[in-house]
Amino acid sequence: MALVICALVAITGLAMAVAGHQDPLAAQGYVVLLFALAVGLVVINGYFAPAPDEERLRHYYDDPIKVGIILSMIWAVFGMFIGDWVAWLLAYPELTFDAAWASFGRLRPVHTTGVIFGFGGNALIATSYHVMQRTCRARMPGQLSAWFVLLGYNLFCLVAVSGYFIGITQSKEYAEPEWYADIWLVIVWVTYLVLYMRTLARRQEPHIYVANWYFLAFILVVAMLHIVNNLAVPVSLGSAKSYSAFSGVQDAMTQWWYGHNAVAFFLTAGFLGMMYYYLPKRAGRPIFSYRLSIISFWGITFFYMWAGSHHLHYTALPYWVQTLGMGFSIMLLVPSWASAGNALLTLNGAWHKVRDDATLRFMMVAAVFYGLSTFEGSFLAIRPVNALSHYTDWTIGHVHAGALGWVALITFGSIYALVPILWKRERMYSPVLVEVHFWLALAGSLIYVFAMWNSGIIQGLMWRTYNDSGTLAYSFVDSVVAMHPYYIARAFGGLLFLLGAIVGCYNIWKTIRQPSDEAVVLAGDHPADAVAEPAE
Amino acid sequence: MIDLSHDLLVGISKSFGLFYLIALSIGATVYACWPSNGKKFDRAAKSVLKDEDGPWQ
Repeated sequence: MALVICALVAITGLAMAVAGHQDPLAAQGYVVLLFALAVGLVVINGYFAPAPDEERLRHYYDDPIKVGIILSMIWAVFGMFIGDWVAWLLAYPELTFDAAWASFGRLRPVHTTGVIFGFGGNALIATSYHVMQRTCRARMPGQLSAWFVLLGYNLFCLVAVSGYFIGITQSKEYAEPEWYADIWLVIVWVTYLVLYMRTLARRQEPHIYVANWYFLAFILVVAMLHIVNNLAVPVSLGSAKSYSAFSGVQDAMTQWWYGHNAVAFFLTAGFLGMMYYYLPKRAGRPIFSYRLSIISFWGITFFYMWAGSHHLHYTALPYWVQTLGMGFSIMLLVPSWASAGNALLTLNGAWHKVRDDATLRFMMVAAVFYGLSTFEGSFLAIRPVNALSHYTDWTIGHVHAGALGWVALITFGSIYALVPILWKRERMYSPVLVEVHFWLALAGSLIYVFAMWNSGIIQGLMWRTYNDSGTLAYSFVDSVVAMHPYYIARAFGGLLFLLGAIVGCYNIWKTIRQPSDEAVVLAGDHPADAVAEPAE
Repeated sequence: MIDLSHDLLVGISKSFGLFYLIALSIGATVYACWPSNGKKFDRAAKSVLKDEDGPWQ
């Protein structure tokens, strides 16, 4: 098994390095080659280890989950550090140090890819491995594909990020990686889907728990979006540059069909899967209404698919398509609030736990932010509101209310719930540090979001204020100057959030390093024969 | 190359598209609210609370 992994990775790495002998692609080829060699070394290192015994089949396969959690936290710190740098850069433009690689246009996708795909993606892969095995009561089939998906996905992120620094981009928001990285991701992603389906097929539990539906929607739809939006023709097989298969308004519509559904299925569906599993589990109470969770699942999948065109209000896109996007965006509020409400109602009877347990509080506040930012999203999608908000910092504020308040908080909550289970510890090394992280993250999110609401609305109003003679009252530069204090506040909020993530890393590290107390090993992780039968 | 005109696409979404979405929505709601599914759902909701005891064999 180990040999197969080694051969696969080495061959892939070599092939891509050979293709990379032309100019801009060469550096990318070396990144792939180095990654493949590093993974190969690790595999060879374990090659002479004794063959695993049959006993392992009686346990869940958790090793890739552990690595995924650690990778996710590393990406979190990296992505948030770059994000905060970009924030300071907007307040103090000289922070670009006259270096091309440190310009806003290159650092910004490094930040978005680092946090969305690096931090969020690794957390989704790791938690989905955990949730699918637990809810199916089945070990995942084999070990190879789980590692292939996790490491292959990180290779994609590395290739993407290292490419941005040297100026390689497809210029599509959240789909910046070029064609070779896109093809690689398709291979990884299809393996992921197959792995998930195979685990579901092995399930001992007859009903597929609702969290799995969300994870499956995430995997399936992201595959669809990624393939269609990245249809492109490379200049040559030796060139990093490619041209999109679409042009003009079709290209814009395809991009925002992708872009908004990336929010919907990458940043929402997968994380709702986390919420529907870890929140009830941590609270020790079943989800308030299982029926409602099914209805909101189908509501979200039906409605989200049509909402993307609200990104293109007042453009060359046909008016009815804009109206369609607006209509579906408003309807989306129903399933979104159903999920947020379902999560909060689950906590009825467990509010004392929310008060005492910062991990559960992370998840509770995430559900509140989910409700707030979906309301804001529906509101901003209304065409006349969009006339004020579009192109302003209000959009940035909205995105970060979702990304910091919802996505990152539910992820940190889930990770804090998961780490003691995986490493068989009674609890995290320091509950106080979880508490510190919680307040840093919450304060950081609030400062960030309030700064951007202020600056966005001021910007929007300044751009549409006319004087008595019917000309614009403010020049664009006037509005830039007016933003300065808010940009400093935003960068400070981001700094708090970053510090929280670093505290989290330290706490997780200490939890892993502290000696395992045999007495507290969760009885659960030893499969007792008494429970080794499917319940009726 | 098939000519996918704007009018054709609008026509499809206003007729077939509308009704298949309505049908799917009704189907999902009926499934979720079907009385005999209640027991199954309750069991599923409770089952995640204690599932660390290894895979069932």
